[in-house]
Amino acid sequence: MDEVLYAEKFTILGNDFEHGGDVAARVKAILKQLGLGGDVIRRLSIANFEAEMNVVMYADEGELELQVTPDAVRIVLADRGQGIPDIELAMQEGWSTATPEMRQRGFGAGLGLPNIKRNTDELEITSTPGAGTTLKYVVHFNG
Amino acid sequence: MQLREVIVLLGGEVIWGESLVGGISIDRCYAADLMSDVLAFSQPGALLITGLANIQSTHTADVADLTAILYVAGKRPAQQVCDLAREKGIPLLTTALSMFDACGILHRAGLRGAHHRSVPN
Repeated sequence: MDEVLYAEKFTILGNDFEHGGDVAARVKAILKQLGLGGDVIRRLSIANFEAEMNVVMYADEGELELQVTPDAVRIVLADRGQGIPDIELAMQEGWSTATPEMRQRGFGAGLGLPNIKRNTDELEITSTPGAGTTLKYVVHFNG
Repeated sequence: MQLREVIVLLGGEVIWGESLVGGISIDRCYAADLMSDVLAFSQPGALLITGLANIQSTHTADVADLTAILYVAGKRPAQQVCDLAREKGIPLLTTALSMFDACGILHRAGLRGAHHRSVPN
């Protein structure tokens, strides 16, 4: 197991659109303070923001766990919510179950999970319909 | 192009960031109301042109390392959005012009798109 240089957990509330993005912004500030490279920070921040908005839009509550090791940043985001019945379908660009309010917010076009995959080196999704979803993703510093 | 010149060309105004505007120049723009598109396809350093004036527009500019936000169609964000922009050092501009007209004027003046995935012919 890699040495953990920094770890912190953040709570994300479902349906809290006014604060949707706060956690991604806080994590970005931490990664900047730790002196990580701009490209790593940008990729992670985009993935975190999309993942955070997914919790805001589709779950009751979620917890994002940040772990910085000497060679990578690892994120685990576990939520309590409706879950994803068909992950393969949800990974397709353009597939969406968003409501009009979500679309008015600039999200919900079926790009969230594909955006997370595009910006990370590893992505694992597990979900239990009616219970919740867990995303695990990693960005390597030499990736 | 200096950001100040963008404001003049569009008859726009600075909502927040007057002190920053003079020191910023841009050569690329990304125009969208869909923030997931911005997150997926924009290049760092671009000017974000949008009609979406909620808090997510500023979070998007922050996480995607975009230089400033231009709101079109006379849109003005709420105070909470301005507060976040101030915290992140992202100037906010507005113009009464539509998205189409604003983009057309800026393109004619030499600015180009910041879309990093090639567009099909």
